[in-house]
Amino acid sequence: MPIDNKDVAWCEEPKLGLFGQLYLPIVFDGLRTTIGHMLSRKVTEQYPEQEPNLPANYRGVHRLNRDEDGRVKCVACYMCATACPAHCIDIVAAPAPAGWKDREKYPETFVIDELRCIYCGMCEEACPVDAIELTTLYDLTGLSREAMVFDKEKLLSVFDQTAHAPNTKDPVRTRSGALGPASETPPT
Amino acid sequence: MPTFDWLTTLLIIGGVIAVVMPTVGYLTLGERKVSAWIQDRIGPNRVGPLGLLQPLADGGKFFLKEAPIPKNVDRIFYLLAPAVAMAVALCSLAVIPWGGTTPPPAPVPVGANPGSAVDAFNAAQTAYAGEFKSVIAPGLDIGILYVLALGSLAVYAVILGGYASNNKYSLLGSLRASAQVISYEIPLGMSVVGVMLYAGSMNIETIVQYQKTHGWFLFFQPLAFLLFMTSVYAECNRLPFDLPESEQELVGGYLTEYGSLNFGMFMLGEYTHMITTSLLMSLLFFGGWNLFGLEDSFADPLWALALKAGILAGKMFFFLFLYLIVRWTIPRFRFDQLMSLAWKVMIPLSLLHLLAAILVKEFKAPDWALSVASVGLFLAAGIVSVATNSGPNNAPRRRVKAVLANGAT
Repeated sequence: MPIDNKDVAWCEEPKLGLFGQLYLPIVFDGLRTTIGHMLSRKVTEQYPEQEPNLPANYRGVHRLNRDEDGRVKCVACYMCATACPAHCIDIVAAPAPAGWKDREKYPETFVIDELRCIYCGMCEEACPVDAIELTTLYDLTGLSREAMVFDKEKLLSVFDQTAHAPNTKDPVRTRSGALGPASETPPT
Repeated sequence: MPTFDWLTTLLIIGGVIAVVMPTVGYLTLGERKVSAWIQDRIGPNRVGPLGLLQPLADGGKFFLKEAPIPKNVDRIFYLLAPAVAMAVALCSLAVIPWGGTTPPPAPVPVGANPGSAVDAFNAAQTAYAGEFKSVIAPGLDIGILYVLALGSLAVYAVILGGYASNNKYSLLGSLRASAQVISYEIPLGMSVVGVMLYAGSMNIETIVQYQKTHGWFLFFQPLAFLLFMTSVYAECNRLPFDLPESEQELVGGYLTEYGSLNFGMFMLGEYTHMITTSLLMSLLFFGGWNLFGLEDSFADPLWALALKAGILAGKMFFFLFLYLIVRWTIPRFRFDQLMSLAWKVMIPLSLLHLLAAILVKEFKAPDWALSVASVGLFLAAGIVSVATNSGPNNAPRRRVKAVLANGAT
Protein backbone atom coordinates (compact mmCIF):
# COMPACT_ATOMS: atom_id res chain seq x y z
CA MET A 1 0.00 0.00 0.00
CA PRO A 2 1.49 3.35 -0.92
CA ILE A 3 1.96 5.93 1.80
CA ASP A 4 -0.84 8.46 1.79
CA ASN A 5 0.19 11.93 0.69
CA LYS A 6 -1.04 13.49 3.88
CA ASP A 7 1.28 11.29 5.92
CA VAL A 8 4.36 12.45 4.08
CA ALA A 9 6.18 15.44 5.47
CA TRP A 10 8.75 17.12 3.30
CA CYS A 11 11.39 19.24 4.94
CA GLU A 12 12.55 22.20 2.94
CA GLU A 13 16.31 22.62 2.77
CA PRO A 14 17.49 25.75 4.51
CA LYS A 15 18.47 28.31 1.90
CA LEU A 16 22.16 29.08 1.74
CA GLY A 17 23.21 32.70 1.74
CA LEU A 18 26.38 34.10 0.21
CA PHE A 19 28.49 32.66 3.04
CA GLY A 20 26.98 29.26 2.50
CA GLN A 21 27.46 29.37 -1.24
CA LEU A 22 31.07 30.44 -0.85
CA TYR A 23 31.44 27.30 1.25
CA LEU A 24 34.71 28.37 2.85
CA PRO A 25 33.25 30.38 5.77
CA ILE A 26 31.08 27.41 6.67
CA VAL A 27 34.08 25.10 6.48
CA PHE A 28 36.01 27.37 8.82
CA ASP A 29 33.04 27.37 11.15
CA GLY A 30 33.09 23.58 11.11
CA LEU A 31 36.83 23.52 11.69
CA ARG A 32 36.31 25.71 14.74
CA THR A 33 33.88 23.16 16.10
CA THR A 34 36.16 20.18 15.48
CA ILE A 35 39.24 21.90 16.88
CA GLY A 36 37.20 22.95 19.89
CA HIS A 37 36.34 19.32 20.47
CA MET A 38 39.98 18.32 20.02
CA LEU A 39 40.95 20.58 22.88
CA SER A 40 37.99 19.81 25.10
CA ARG A 41 37.95 17.42 28.05
CA LYS A 42 37.93 13.76 27.08
CA VAL A 43 35.23 11.40 28.24
CA THR A 44 37.20 8.17 27.89
CA GLU A 45 37.26 5.87 30.92
CA GLN A 46 40.56 4.01 31.23
CA TYR A 47 38.72 0.82 32.03
CA PRO A 48 40.94 -1.65 33.84
CA GLU A 49 42.56 1.07 35.89
CA GLN A 50 39.48 3.23 36.25
CA GLU A 51 36.26 1.53 37.23
CA PRO A 52 33.06 2.86 35.70
CA ASN A 53 30.68 4.67 37.99
CA LEU A 54 27.58 2.61 37.42
CA PRO A 55 24.13 3.66 38.60
CA ALA A 56 22.76 1.72 41.56
CA ASN A 57 20.03 0.20 39.42
CA TYR A 58 22.52 -1.36 36.98
CA ARG A 59 21.53 -4.95 36.31
CA GLY A 60 24.58 -7.19 36.62
CA VAL A 61 25.25 -10.58 38.21
CA HIS A 62 22.48 -12.05 40.35
CA ARG A 63 22.74 -12.86 44.01
CA LEU A 64 20.62 -14.87 46.43
CA ASN A 65 19.97 -12.92 49.60
CA ARG A 66 20.31 -14.33 53.07
CA ASP A 67 17.97 -13.52 55.91
CA GLU A 68 19.04 -12.42 59.42
CA ASP A 69 19.96 -15.96 60.35
CA GLY A 70 22.17 -16.41 57.33
CA ARG A 71 19.75 -18.83 55.69
CA VAL A 72 18.86 -18.50 52.05
CA LYS A 73 15.84 -16.21 51.82
CA CYS A 74 14.34 -18.03 48.85
CA VAL A 75 11.17 -20.00 49.43
CA ALA A 76 11.32 -21.95 46.16
CA CYS A 77 8.06 -20.56 44.82
CA TYR A 78 9.28 -20.73 41.19
CA MET A 79 7.94 -17.26 40.41
CA CYS A 80 11.30 -16.04 39.15
CA ALA A 81 11.76 -19.11 37.00
CA THR A 82 8.27 -18.55 35.60
CA ALA A 83 8.86 -14.88 34.94
CA CYS A 84 12.23 -15.46 33.33
CA PRO A 85 11.94 -14.85 29.57
CA ALA A 86 15.20 -16.63 28.89
CA HIS A 87 14.43 -19.71 30.99
CA CYS A 88 17.78 -19.54 32.65
CA ILE A 89 16.70 -20.24 36.25
CA ASP A 90 16.49 -23.83 37.38
CA ILE A 91 15.16 -24.51 40.89
CA VAL A 92 14.68 -27.82 42.66
CA ALA A 93 12.48 -27.34 45.70
CA ALA A 94 12.56 -29.46 48.82
CA PRO A 95 10.66 -29.39 52.10
CA ALA A 96 12.21 -26.89 54.42
CA PRO A 97 14.50 -28.30 57.11
CA ALA A 98 12.82 -28.99 60.39
CA GLY A 99 14.05 -25.92 62.20
CA TRP A 100 12.80 -23.45 59.59
CA LYS A 101 9.46 -22.44 61.04
CA ASP A 102 8.67 -19.61 58.62
CA ARG A 103 8.30 -21.59 55.40
CA GLU A 104 7.49 -24.99 54.11
CA LYS A 105 9.84 -25.13 51.07
CA TYR A 106 13.35 -24.09 50.37
CA PRO A 107 15.48 -24.45 47.21
CA GLU A 108 17.60 -27.56 47.27
CA THR A 109 19.39 -26.33 44.20
CA PHE A 110 19.11 -22.93 42.61
CA VAL A 111 20.98 -22.61 39.33
CA ILE A 112 21.19 -19.58 37.02
CA ASP A 113 22.83 -19.88 33.64
CA GLU A 114 24.51 -16.48 33.48
CA LEU A 115 25.16 -16.90 29.78
CA ARG A 116 21.53 -17.45 28.93
CA CYS A 117 20.33 -14.67 31.17
CA ILE A 118 19.41 -11.45 29.40
CA TYR A 119 19.68 -9.36 32.59
CA CYS A 120 16.15 -7.99 32.30
CA GLY A 121 15.60 -8.00 36.06
CA MET A 122 12.18 -9.63 35.87
CA CYS A 123 13.18 -12.32 38.39
CA GLU A 124 13.91 -9.57 40.88
CA GLU A 125 10.53 -7.99 40.23
CA ALA A 126 8.71 -11.29 40.46
CA CYS A 127 10.27 -12.45 43.72
CA PRO A 128 7.72 -12.13 46.56
CA VAL A 129 10.35 -12.34 49.29
CA ASP A 130 13.11 -10.21 47.78
CA ALA A 131 15.40 -13.18 47.71
CA ILE A 132 16.92 -12.69 44.27
CA GLU A 133 18.51 -9.39 43.35
CA LEU A 134 20.70 -8.13 40.54
CA THR A 135 23.95 -6.53 41.64
CA THR A 136 26.10 -3.95 39.90
CA LEU A 137 28.86 -6.48 39.24
CA TYR A 138 29.45 -6.12 35.52
CA ASP A 139 32.82 -7.74 34.86
CA LEU A 140 31.59 -11.29 34.77
CA THR A 141 33.94 -13.61 32.94
CA GLY A 142 34.62 -17.30 32.84
CA LEU A 143 36.86 -19.73 31.04
CA SER A 144 34.12 -22.22 30.17
CA ARG A 145 30.39 -22.39 29.78
CA GLU A 146 30.16 -24.56 32.87
CA ALA A 147 31.92 -21.94 34.94
CA MET A 148 29.21 -19.48 34.00
CA VAL A 149 26.41 -21.62 35.39
CA PHE A 150 26.03 -20.30 38.95
CA ASP A 151 24.66 -22.61 41.63
CA LYS A 152 23.15 -21.69 44.97
CA GLU A 153 26.46 -21.49 46.84
CA LYS A 154 27.97 -19.25 44.21
CA LEU A 155 24.93 -16.98 44.22
CA LEU A 156 24.99 -16.78 48.00
CA SER A 157 28.69 -15.97 47.89
CA VAL A 158 27.88 -13.06 45.58
CA PHE A 159 25.59 -11.84 48.35
CA ASP A 160 28.38 -12.22 50.91
CA GLN A 161 30.71 -10.23 48.68
CA THR A 162 28.40 -7.41 47.84
CA ALA A 163 25.78 -6.83 50.49
CA HIS A 164 27.92 -5.72 53.42
CA ALA A 165 31.08 -4.61 51.71
CA PRO A 166 32.16 -1.03 52.49
CA ASN A 167 30.81 1.54 50.00
CA THR A 168 28.73 -1.13 48.38
CA LYS A 169 26.29 -0.13 45.72
CA ASP A 170 24.20 -3.20 46.41
CA PRO A 171 22.87 -3.07 49.95
CA VAL A 172 20.03 -5.42 50.71
CA ARG A 173 17.24 -3.51 49.09
CA THR A 174 14.29 -5.16 50.81
CA ARG A 175 12.76 -3.07 53.54
CA SER A 176 10.35 -5.60 55.06
CA GLY A 177 12.88 -7.43 57.15
CA ALA A 178 10.57 -10.40 57.42
CA LEU A 179 9.65 -12.76 54.65
CA GLY A 180 6.64 -11.83 52.56
CA PRO A 181 3.22 -13.46 52.42
CA ALA A 182 4.42 -16.26 50.18
CA SER A 183 6.64 -17.47 52.97
CA GLU A 184 3.90 -17.70 55.53
CA THR A 185 2.85 -21.10 56.60
CA PRO A 186 -0.33 -21.99 54.87
CA PRO A 187 -3.41 -22.18 57.09
CA THR A 188 -4.01 -25.70 58.27
CA MET B 1 71.00 17.09 -19.12
CA PRO B 2 71.95 16.97 -15.45
CA THR B 3 74.33 14.21 -14.49
CA PHE B 4 73.61 11.89 -11.61
CA ASP B 5 75.94 10.65 -8.98
CA TRP B 6 74.73 7.12 -8.31
CA LEU B 7 75.88 7.00 -4.73
CA THR B 8 74.26 10.32 -3.79
CA THR B 9 71.03 9.33 -5.49
CA LEU B 10 70.93 5.98 -3.71
CA LEU B 11 71.63 7.69 -0.41
CA ILE B 12 68.81 10.15 -0.99
CA ILE B 13 66.43 7.36 -2.01
CA GLY B 14 67.33 5.46 1.14
CA GLY B 15 66.86 8.57 3.22
CA VAL B 16 63.51 9.39 1.64
CA ILE B 17 62.19 5.86 2.15
CA ALA B 18 63.49 5.86 5.70
CA VAL B 19 61.66 9.11 6.40
CA VAL B 20 58.45 8.50 4.47
CA MET B 21 57.67 5.00 5.70
CA PRO B 22 57.67 5.87 9.41
CA THR B 23 55.75 9.03 8.57
CA VAL B 24 53.09 6.90 6.91
CA GLY B 25 53.00 4.65 9.95
CA TYR B 26 52.65 7.52 12.34
CA LEU B 27 50.14 9.15 10.04
CA THR B 28 47.83 6.18 10.65
CA LEU B 29 48.35 6.66 14.36
CA GLY B 30 47.82 10.39 13.95
CA GLU B 31 44.62 9.75 12.05
CA ARG B 32 43.30 7.58 14.85
CA LYS B 33 44.47 9.98 17.54
CA VAL B 34 43.03 13.07 15.86
CA SER B 35 39.71 11.40 15.16
CA ALA B 36 39.61 10.26 18.78
CA TRP B 37 40.34 13.75 20.08
CA ILE B 38 37.68 15.26 17.85
CA GLN B 39 35.21 12.72 19.19
CA ASP B 40 36.24 13.58 22.78
CA ARG B 41 38.08 10.30 23.19
CA ILE B 42 41.75 9.60 23.95
CA GLY B 43 42.58 7.22 21.15
CA PRO B 44 45.06 4.34 21.09
CA ASN B 45 47.25 4.54 24.18
CA ARG B 46 48.05 0.97 25.15
CA VAL B 47 50.95 -0.03 22.89
CA GLY B 48 53.97 1.74 24.23
CA PRO B 49 53.91 5.16 25.90
CA LEU B 50 50.94 7.20 24.63
CA GLY B 51 50.34 4.47 22.06
CA LEU B 52 53.43 5.48 20.14
CA LEU B 53 54.30 1.90 19.20
CA GLN B 54 50.85 1.28 17.72
CA PRO B 55 52.04 1.64 14.09
CA LEU B 56 54.65 -1.07 14.69
CA ALA B 57 51.99 -3.37 16.06
CA ASP B 58 49.69 -2.61 13.13
CA GLY B 59 52.47 -3.17 10.60
CA GLY B 60 53.51 -6.39 12.28
CA LYS B 61 49.94 -7.58 12.17
CA PHE B 62 49.72 -6.87 8.44
CA PHE B 63 52.86 -8.93 7.87
CA LEU B 64 51.90 -11.86 10.04
CA LYS B 65 48.31 -12.27 8.91
CA GLU B 66 47.38 -14.84 6.34
CA ALA B 67 46.77 -13.26 2.94
CA PRO B 68 43.55 -14.84 1.78
CA ILE B 69 42.72 -14.63 -1.92
CA PRO B 70 39.01 -15.05 -2.61
CA LYS B 71 38.13 -17.84 -5.00
CA ASN B 72 36.52 -15.89 -7.83
CA VAL B 73 38.98 -13.05 -8.21
CA ASP B 74 41.22 -12.45 -11.17
CA ARG B 75 44.41 -13.42 -9.38
CA ILE B 76 46.91 -11.48 -11.48
CA PHE B 77 45.10 -8.15 -11.34
CA TYR B 78 43.99 -8.76 -7.79
CA LEU B 79 47.61 -9.00 -6.68
CA LEU B 80 48.83 -6.35 -9.08
CA ALA B 81 46.48 -3.64 -7.83
CA PRO B 82 48.02 -3.03 -4.38
CA ALA B 83 51.50 -3.14 -5.89
CA VAL B 84 50.51 -0.48 -8.41
CA ALA B 85 48.99 1.63 -5.66
CA MET B 86 52.14 1.57 -3.59
CA ALA B 87 54.65 1.85 -6.43
CA VAL B 88 52.90 4.81 -8.01
CA ALA B 89 52.64 6.63 -4.72
CA LEU B 90 56.32 6.11 -3.95
CA CYS B 91 57.45 7.07 -7.46
CA SER B 92 55.98 10.53 -7.24
CA LEU B 93 58.33 11.30 -4.36
CA ALA B 94 61.20 11.33 -6.88
CA VAL B 95 60.81 14.97 -7.87
CA ILE B 96 60.16 16.40 -4.42
CA PRO B 97 63.04 18.64 -3.34
CA TRP B 98 63.55 17.95 0.35
CA GLY B 99 65.61 20.91 1.34
CA GLY B 100 67.36 23.92 -0.11
CA THR B 101 68.54 22.82 -3.52
CA THR B 102 69.86 24.53 -6.60
CA PRO B 103 67.40 24.86 -9.45
CA PRO B 104 68.71 23.78 -12.85
CA PRO B 105 70.22 26.64 -14.85
CA ALA B 106 67.87 28.56 -17.11
CA PRO B 107 68.33 28.30 -20.87
CA VAL B 108 70.95 30.68 -22.23
CA PRO B 109 69.63 33.10 -24.89
CA VAL B 110 71.62 32.85 -28.08
CA GLY B 111 72.74 36.30 -29.16
CA ALA B 112 75.01 37.42 -31.92
CA ASN B 113 77.72 35.03 -30.87
CA PRO B 114 76.37 31.45 -30.65
CA GLY B 115 79.70 30.12 -29.51
CA SER B 116 79.75 32.15 -26.31
CA ALA B 117 76.17 31.06 -25.61
CA VAL B 118 77.27 27.43 -25.87
CA ASP B 119 80.20 28.12 -23.60
CA ALA B 120 77.95 29.87 -21.07
CA PHE B 121 75.53 26.96 -21.20
CA ASN B 122 78.28 24.40 -20.67
CA ALA B 123 79.73 26.42 -17.81
CA ALA B 124 76.33 26.68 -16.16
CA GLN B 125 75.77 22.94 -16.56
CA THR B 126 79.16 22.08 -15.10
CA ALA B 127 78.55 24.38 -12.15
CA TYR B 128 75.13 22.82 -11.68
CA ALA B 129 76.51 19.29 -11.80
CA GLY B 130 78.88 20.14 -8.96
CA GLU B 131 76.10 21.35 -6.63
CA PHE B 132 74.54 19.08 -4.03
CA LYS B 133 70.87 18.52 -4.79
CA SER B 134 68.58 16.95 -2.23
CA VAL B 135 66.21 15.56 -4.84
CA ILE B 136 66.08 12.00 -6.08
CA ALA B 137 65.72 13.16 -9.69
CA PRO B 138 67.18 16.66 -9.81
CA GLY B 139 66.52 19.04 -12.63
CA LEU B 140 63.60 17.11 -14.04
CA ASP B 141 62.01 19.72 -16.27
CA ILE B 142 58.61 18.07 -16.43
CA GLY B 143 58.44 18.07 -12.60
CA ILE B 144 54.78 18.83 -11.99
CA LEU B 145 53.60 16.97 -15.08
CA TYR B 146 55.36 13.87 -13.78
CA VAL B 147 53.55 14.12 -10.46
CA LEU B 148 50.20 14.73 -12.14
CA ALA B 149 50.73 11.78 -14.47
CA LEU B 150 51.56 9.47 -11.60
CA GLY B 151 48.61 10.83 -9.65
CA SER B 152 46.25 9.79 -12.40
CA LEU B 153 47.99 6.42 -12.69
CA ALA B 154 47.03 5.83 -9.09
CA VAL B 155 43.43 5.43 -10.15
CA TYR B 156 44.47 2.34 -12.11
CA ALA B 157 45.21 0.64 -8.82
CA VAL B 158 41.71 1.42 -7.63
CA ILE B 159 40.10 0.29 -10.86
CA LEU B 160 42.17 -2.88 -11.04
CA GLY B 161 41.41 -3.68 -7.44
CA GLY B 162 37.69 -3.17 -7.84
CA TYR B 163 37.49 -4.93 -11.19
CA ALA B 164 39.58 -7.95 -10.23
CA SER B 165 37.77 -8.46 -6.95
CA ASN B 166 34.67 -9.75 -8.77
CA ASN B 167 32.44 -8.09 -6.23
CA LYS B 168 29.66 -5.62 -6.89
CA TYR B 169 30.62 -3.28 -4.09
CA SER B 170 34.24 -3.23 -5.18
CA LEU B 171 33.24 -2.55 -8.76
CA LEU B 172 30.89 0.26 -7.73
CA GLY B 173 33.66 1.78 -5.65
CA SER B 174 36.14 1.67 -8.49
CA LEU B 175 33.61 3.06 -10.96
CA ARG B 176 33.01 5.96 -8.64
CA ALA B 177 36.75 6.41 -8.23
CA SER B 178 37.38 6.53 -11.95
CA ALA B 179 34.62 9.09 -12.56
CA GLN B 180 35.78 11.17 -9.63
CA VAL B 181 39.45 11.16 -10.47
CA ILE B 182 38.85 11.95 -14.13
CA SER B 183 36.66 14.89 -13.14
CA TYR B 184 39.03 16.31 -10.58
CA GLU B 185 42.16 15.86 -12.69
CA ILE B 186 41.01 18.80 -14.80
CA PRO B 187 40.83 21.51 -12.11
CA LEU B 188 43.92 19.99 -10.52
CA GLY B 189 46.01 20.42 -13.63
CA MET B 190 44.40 23.71 -14.59
CA SER B 191 45.09 25.34 -11.23
CA VAL B 192 48.80 24.60 -11.49
CA VAL B 193 49.09 26.09 -14.97
CA GLY B 194 48.96 29.60 -13.48
CA VAL B 195 51.87 28.72 -11.23
CA MET B 196 53.86 27.31 -14.15
CA LEU B 197 53.19 30.44 -16.21
CA TYR B 198 54.58 32.73 -13.56
CA ALA B 199 57.54 30.61 -12.57
CA GLY B 200 58.30 29.95 -16.22
CA SER B 201 59.09 26.33 -15.53
CA MET B 202 57.47 23.08 -14.51
CA ASN B 203 60.50 22.17 -12.46
CA ILE B 204 59.52 22.27 -8.80
CA GLU B 205 62.95 23.53 -7.70
CA THR B 206 62.63 26.47 -10.05
CA ILE B 207 59.12 27.20 -8.82
CA VAL B 208 60.32 27.29 -5.23
CA GLN B 209 63.22 29.53 -6.23
CA TYR B 210 60.77 31.89 -7.95
CA GLN B 211 58.69 32.10 -4.79
CA LYS B 212 61.80 33.06 -2.83
CA THR B 213 62.28 36.19 -4.89
CA HIS B 214 58.68 37.04 -5.75
CA GLY B 215 56.66 35.85 -2.75
CA TRP B 216 54.51 32.81 -2.23
CA PHE B 217 52.00 31.90 -4.89
CA LEU B 218 49.39 31.65 -2.16
CA PHE B 219 49.30 35.44 -2.01
CA PHE B 220 48.93 35.94 -5.74
CA GLN B 221 46.77 32.97 -6.66
CA PRO B 222 44.72 32.08 -3.58
CA LEU B 223 41.90 30.73 -5.71
CA ALA B 224 44.30 28.43 -7.56
CA PHE B 225 45.48 27.12 -4.21
CA LEU B 226 41.92 26.52 -3.08
CA LEU B 227 41.07 24.65 -6.28
CA PHE B 228 44.29 22.66 -6.06
CA MET B 229 43.64 21.68 -2.48
CA THR B 230 40.06 20.64 -3.15
CA SER B 231 41.04 18.58 -6.19
CA VAL B 232 43.85 16.95 -4.27
CA TYR B 233 41.41 15.89 -1.55
CA ALA B 234 39.31 14.28 -4.25
CA GLU B 235 42.38 12.66 -5.84
CA CYS B 236 43.37 11.16 -2.51
CA ASN B 237 39.84 9.83 -1.95
CA ARG B 238 39.74 11.65 1.34
CA LEU B 239 36.62 12.92 2.99
CA PRO B 240 34.54 14.81 1.93
CA PHE B 241 35.27 13.02 -1.34
CA ASP B 242 35.77 9.46 -0.17
CA LEU B 243 32.95 8.01 -2.24
CA PRO B 244 35.08 5.17 -3.69
CA GLU B 245 35.33 3.55 -0.30
CA SER B 246 32.34 5.03 1.50
CA GLU B 247 31.90 2.32 4.08
CA GLN B 248 28.28 3.11 4.88
CA GLU B 249 27.19 2.44 1.30
CA LEU B 250 29.79 0.17 -0.27
CA VAL B 251 31.10 -1.93 2.65
CA GLY B 252 34.65 -0.88 1.83
CA GLY B 253 34.51 0.02 -1.83
CA TYR B 254 37.40 -1.29 -3.86
CA LEU B 255 39.11 -2.47 -0.67
CA THR B 256 36.33 -4.87 0.27
CA GLU B 257 38.05 -8.08 -0.80
CA TYR B 258 41.53 -7.19 0.41
CA GLY B 259 43.17 -8.27 3.61
CA SER B 260 46.50 -8.42 5.38
CA LEU B 261 49.49 -7.04 3.50
CA ASN B 262 47.56 -6.37 0.30
CA PHE B 263 45.27 -4.10 2.25
CA GLY B 264 48.29 -2.64 3.97
CA MET B 265 49.87 -1.78 0.63
CA PHE B 266 46.72 0.02 -0.50
CA MET B 267 46.75 1.97 2.75
CA LEU B 268 50.44 2.70 2.38
CA GLY B 269 49.83 4.03 -1.11
CA GLU B 270 46.97 6.17 0.07
CA TYR B 271 48.88 7.73 2.92
CA THR B 272 51.98 8.23 0.80
CA HIS B 273 49.75 10.02 -1.67
CA MET B 274 48.62 12.29 1.15
CA ILE B 275 52.23 13.04 2.04
CA THR B 276 53.13 13.76 -1.60
CA THR B 277 50.19 16.07 -2.10
CA SER B 278 50.86 17.88 1.17
CA LEU B 279 54.43 18.42 0.00
CA LEU B 280 53.18 19.62 -3.36
CA MET B 281 50.85 22.14 -1.76
CA SER B 282 53.70 23.45 0.36
CA LEU B 283 56.12 23.55 -2.57
CA LEU B 284 53.85 25.07 -5.17
CA PHE B 285 51.87 27.56 -3.13
CA PHE B 286 53.48 27.95 0.28
CA GLY B 287 57.00 28.68 -0.89
CA GLY B 288 58.54 25.29 -0.14
CA TRP B 289 61.38 25.79 2.32
CA ASN B 290 61.07 29.58 2.26
CA LEU B 291 59.86 31.22 5.43
CA PHE B 292 60.25 34.98 4.99
CA GLY B 293 64.05 34.95 5.13
CA LEU B 294 64.24 32.74 8.19
CA GLU B 295 65.55 29.87 6.05
CA ASP B 296 68.90 31.64 5.58
CA SER B 297 69.75 31.89 9.28
CA PHE B 298 72.47 29.23 9.06
CA ALA B 299 75.56 29.68 6.94
CA ASP B 300 76.80 26.13 7.45
CA PRO B 301 75.43 24.16 4.46
CA LEU B 302 74.48 21.09 6.48
CA TRP B 303 72.56 23.09 9.08
CA ALA B 304 70.94 25.16 6.33
CA LEU B 305 69.82 21.98 4.61
CA ALA B 306 68.40 20.62 7.85
CA LEU B 307 66.60 23.88 8.59
CA LYS B 308 65.08 24.07 5.13
CA ALA B 309 63.99 20.45 5.27
CA GLY B 310 62.50 21.18 8.67
CA ILE B 311 60.54 24.17 7.35
CA LEU B 312 59.23 22.08 4.47
CA ALA B 313 58.34 19.26 6.86
CA GLY B 314 56.51 21.72 9.09
CA LYS B 315 54.38 22.91 6.20
CA MET B 316 53.79 19.32 5.14
CA PHE B 317 52.62 18.37 8.62
CA PHE B 318 50.31 21.36 8.67
CA PHE B 319 48.60 20.11 5.52
CA LEU B 320 48.53 16.54 6.80
CA PHE B 321 46.85 17.78 9.96
CA LEU B 322 44.38 19.69 7.81
CA TYR B 323 43.64 16.44 5.97
CA LEU B 324 42.90 14.75 9.27
CA ILE B 325 40.64 17.39 10.74
CA VAL B 326 38.76 18.12 7.52
CA ARG B 327 37.80 14.46 7.53
CA TRP B 328 35.75 15.03 10.69
CA THR B 329 34.46 18.45 9.68
CA ILE B 330 32.80 18.12 6.29
CA PRO B 331 30.35 15.27 5.68
CA ARG B 332 30.61 13.22 2.51
CA PHE B 333 29.21 14.69 -0.69
CA ARG B 334 26.45 12.98 -2.60
CA PHE B 335 27.68 11.72 -5.95
CA ASP B 336 25.74 14.29 -8.00
CA GLN B 337 26.98 17.04 -5.71
CA LEU B 338 30.51 15.78 -6.24
CA MET B 339 30.13 15.85 -10.00
CA SER B 340 28.43 19.23 -10.14
CA LEU B 341 31.09 20.70 -7.89
CA ALA B 342 33.76 19.55 -10.30
CA TRP B 343 32.10 20.31 -13.61
CA LYS B 344 29.91 23.30 -12.82
CA VAL B 345 32.08 25.12 -10.34
CA MET B 346 35.70 24.11 -10.22
CA ILE B 347 36.46 23.62 -13.90
CA PRO B 348 34.92 26.96 -15.01
CA LEU B 349 36.57 28.72 -12.08
CA SER B 350 39.97 27.24 -12.84
CA LEU B 351 39.63 28.24 -16.49
CA LEU B 352 38.66 31.79 -15.57
CA HIS B 353 41.49 31.97 -13.08
CA LEU B 354 43.93 30.81 -15.71
CA LEU B 355 42.57 33.46 -18.06
CA ALA B 356 43.05 36.11 -15.39
CA ALA B 357 46.61 34.93 -14.81
CA ILE B 358 47.33 35.08 -18.53
CA LEU B 359 45.85 38.59 -18.84
CA VAL B 360 47.79 39.93 -15.88
CA LYS B 361 51.00 38.43 -17.23
CA GLU B 362 50.39 39.61 -20.78
CA PHE B 363 49.61 43.22 -19.91
CA LYS B 364 52.40 43.30 -17.30
CA ALA B 365 50.00 44.40 -14.59
CA PRO B 366 51.39 44.32 -11.05
CA ASP B 367 51.21 40.98 -9.24
CA TRP B 368 48.63 42.15 -6.72
CA ALA B 369 46.18 42.57 -9.62
CA LEU B 370 46.11 38.80 -9.87
CA SER B 371 45.44 38.50 -6.13
CA VAL B 372 42.49 40.87 -6.54
CA ALA B 373 41.25 38.97 -9.59
CA SER B 374 41.61 35.68 -7.73
CA VAL B 375 39.58 36.78 -4.72
CA GLY B 376 37.12 38.59 -6.99
CA LEU B 377 36.49 35.43 -8.99
CA PHE B 378 35.84 33.52 -5.80
CA LEU B 379 33.33 36.08 -4.56
CA ALA B 380 31.73 36.32 -7.99
CA ALA B 381 31.23 32.57 -8.05
CA GLY B 382 29.46 32.79 -4.70
CA ILE B 383 27.26 35.67 -5.86
CA VAL B 384 26.38 33.87 -9.09
CA SER B 385 25.37 30.75 -7.23
CA VAL B 386 23.25 32.74 -4.80
CA ALA B 387 21.55 34.53 -7.70
CA THR B 388 20.92 31.39 -9.71
CA ASN B 389 19.85 29.26 -6.78
CA SER B 390 16.29 28.47 -7.78
CA GLY B 391 15.28 26.89 -4.54
CA PRO B 392 15.75 23.49 -2.98
CA ASN B 393 16.65 20.63 -5.26
CA ASN B 394 14.91 17.97 -3.21
CA ALA B 395 11.43 19.34 -3.93
CA PRO B 396 8.82 16.56 -3.86
CA ARG B 397 7.03 15.56 -7.03
CA ARG B 398 3.68 15.08 -5.34
CA ARG B 399 1.51 17.18 -3.06
CA VAL B 400 2.66 16.58 0.49
CA LYS B 401 2.62 18.39 3.77
CA ALA B 402 5.60 20.71 3.65
CA VAL B 403 7.74 21.52 6.66
CA LEU B 404 9.48 24.75 5.84
CA ALA B 405 12.99 25.67 6.85
CA ASN B 406 11.73 27.84 9.69
CA GLY B 407 9.83 24.87 11.14
CA ALA B 408 6.39 26.08 10.02
CA THR B 409 4.07 23.63 8.30
